[in-house]
Amino acid sequence: MTGQTTNVLDNTPSSVASSGQRSAALEMRGISKTFGPVRALADVSLTAYSGEIHALMGENGAGKSTLMKILSGAYHADSGGEIRIDGKPLQIGNPLAGRRSGIAVIYQELALAPNLTVAENMFLGEEMRRNGMIDRTSMNAAAQPYLDRLAAPFSPTSKVASLSIAERQLVEIARALAGHPHILVMDEPTTALSAREAEKLFTIIRTLRDEGIAIIYISHRMAEVYELSDRVSVLRDGSMVGTLLREELNPQTLVRMMVGRESSSFYKKEHRAPLTDRKIALEARNMDDGHRVHDCSFSVAEGEVLGIAGLVGSGRTELARLIYGADPKKRGQVFVNGQERAIHNPRDAIDAGIVYLTEDRKVLGLFLDMSINGNVNINVLDEDARAGGVLNLAAAKRRAADAIKKLGVRAPNAEINVGSLSGGNQQKVLLSRLLETNPRVLILDEPTRGVDIGAKSEIYRIIDQLARTGAAIVVISSELPEVIGVSDRVVVMRDGHLVGEVVAQADAPITQEAIMELVTDMGSAKAA
Amino acid sequence: MADVTTETVAARQASVSHQQRLRNLLQYAGMLPVLIILCIGFGLENERFFSLTNASIVLQQAAINTVLAAGMTFVILTAGIDLSVGSILAASAMGALIVSKIPDIGMLGIVAGLGIGLLFGLLNGLLISAIRLPPFIVTLGSLTAVRGIARLMGADTTIFNPSLPFAFIGNATLFGVSWLVIIAMIVVLLSWFILRRTVLGTRIYAVGGNPDAARLTGIKVGSILLFVYATSGFLAGLGGVMSAARLYAANGLQLGQSYELDAIAAVILGGTSFTGGIGSIWGTLIGALIIAILTNGLVLSGVSDIWQFIVKGLVIIGAVALDRYRLDHKGRT
Repeated sequence: MTGQTTNVLDNTPSSVASSGQRSAALEMRGISKTFGPVRALADVSLTAYSGEIHALMGENGAGKSTLMKILSGAYHADSGGEIRIDGKPLQIGNPLAGRRSGIAVIYQELALAPNLTVAENMFLGEEMRRNGMIDRTSMNAAAQPYLDRLAAPFSPTSKVASLSIAERQLVEIARALAGHPHILVMDEPTTALSAREAEKLFTIIRTLRDEGIAIIYISHRMAEVYELSDRVSVLRDGSMVGTLLREELNPQTLVRMMVGRESSSFYKKEHRAPLTDRKIALEARNMDDGHRVHDCSFSVAEGEVLGIAGLVGSGRTELARLIYGADPKKRGQVFVNGQERAIHNPRDAIDAGIVYLTEDRKVLGLFLDMSINGNVNINVLDEDARAGGVLNLAAAKRRAADAIKKLGVRAPNAEINVGSLSGGNQQKVLLSRLLETNPRVLILDEPTRGVDIGAKSEIYRIIDQLARTGAAIVVISSELPEVIGVSDRVVVMRDGHLVGEVVAQADAPITQEAIMELVTDMGSAKAA
Repeated sequence: MADVTTETVAARQASVSHQQRLRNLLQYAGMLPVLIILCIGFGLENERFFSLTNASIVLQQAAINTVLAAGMTFVILTAGIDLSVGSILAASAMGALIVSKIPDIGMLGIVAGLGIGLLFGLLNGLLISAIRLPPFIVTLGSLTAVRGIARLMGADTTIFNPSLPFAFIGNATLFGVSWLVIIAMIVVLLSWFILRRTVLGTRIYAVGGNPDAARLTGIKVGSILLFVYATSGFLAGLGGVMSAARLYAANGLQLGQSYELDAIAAVILGGTSFTGGIGSIWGTLIGALIIAILTNGLVLSGVSDIWQFIVKGLVIIGAVALDRYRLDHKGRT
């Protein structure tokens, strides 16, 4: 992907100057990281001062987590970079050295042992001993002051399993504090919290800042970043775009920094016929699983491509699986061509003409030990079978050969194991499996994840062709340019709700900014 | 390896598919070389080994285990396990003998034996597919419980029927081939047909290879599991009938003890993966033959009973280790 590289703002000098004489608790310089051919971070620098809350923002895949994993020592960086803690160089890629120099990281998924007590969790791996036995009394006594500092409403002897998510988060923070950190990294700490719990957490975070800890706060939510942070740094496509002071924050600038790249002609479809008086192919009403998806309704017309944007974890995949009958639903109706269809399992969905392309093709999609032939035909074995369920080998062979030709799968023959194909070719095999049942509605979840540029553009071409033949298509994607490029209309999901819709007009195409505002809840940021 | 640079693309593709076919062949052949080496070894060691009489003894000895192992192949292909086949075999044999003693309808003993096996297999399958208990636990439970039922059926005594109406199954031949062997071959052929030539068979491989993906493609995973455990139970019932027919007798306590281990060994020797989705019935047949020949050869060589156990165990581990090494090596080229 070609991105414009000119920085919106200068990275360092002005902000350093205006931060007065405070000392830099953390300096990361020239950090790069490549995974095979993929460049996750390119020459990234980040400075954090004692006693500041420094927010780190960026789209999914911008490199935030990778950067923090390098800081914590979980990953090695490519050579050339340097990390200094309080001016002293840190050995990169050594978690223990990181912890000793005062780095503490609280990850999004809490890492607590539910069957142990709060104190046992706080001192996990560094248990206090007396005569070779665990000294619970000392551990409980040592844990108490940290819990007091956080005003925690539970005792060191409480079992973690009995605590709420918010309370468990306090345990994580207490555990981090027990290591006397100079730098505390928090990765999306409010994801599972209610507004009131989040508010309490913010108070704690501010207290810790005032005690002189440098806090790096990763978040997608514009409103929190506004409320909390002293400075904001933005990563995009593995590069540091810039750092803003609190006074410089405004939604437009932030969104532009996060989105940056222009949607290139790469995604542009030839304009399909305008979508007037098309028949509704799929209508989902009040879909709800009582957990991750709340009261979602939408519809897609024949020949239309509907994009679903939103952050990872916003409930997009769960909504798709609900419609497809892969997970049990609490409420909700599905109509195909105006008729309600009772969908209790994937078979019902396929029979109703709905197919679903999973976001995780290796784990949930393909049979890696089976041939292309076997994978392509698995949904239509019954349809082709002779009397008594005997396989029709000739029909299967024909279908596999046709699929390879039609979708341009690069493989020597149809009997080769799917596991030996490249990501793009695997995805095409999975797509052809879906197409074999002649579906009226296709739900494609991250259709180009992990495929190369060439296969990507071919998949876009296939999507476009399918729409032209009258299929209704739902595309779920974390890549904004992709969603915009393939869709006629985009709905946005946040925290399990469908929160808005952006429609492409002939004279006004969908903009990334418009979607990003909905994704990050900009409305409430403006209000805040 | 051939000089790649001189090959055209087409030739390279042909050679790729050739390699693939060779790999498949090796996977099918799997333990065939081990089987042949064992035969040659025992043949050199003892001239009685390569006699027609001995061959027919070996095949007869392999027959019942082959039938059990065929059922076990279905189960292990779905990444499951059936530990209860030995006990089910005992209960089925008991049932078959009890019914065979009823005047005039003695032949129904066969139906009784098969029916009991199918019933217990269905019970296993229901617990595993409907209540989603782990197969190991369920069949470990039925290993014990069905053993108890088998003893209960004969009031803990041995049941004899010297005038067994279906004794021919265990003792007569057709064109010089024992009925036991014929039945085992029919079971193997039918299993091959179901696994490789029917929609059901493809779904068994799919469920074993990736149960989550199978569910998302609309396969009723529960029904497939029910089928494989019912099949395994049914074939254990058939094994019970074969065993009753051969011995004219059955004892609920002793019959079929640890048969499940020989059946599992045959399947694993045959190259079927414990993680499911990979394997073939032909491999299982070869595995069952290896076990039978090993036992037979060691007996002919006068090796003591105790050492037979030790040697058999080591050969199983060694053969599978060799196979794993060879396939890994192939995979890298």
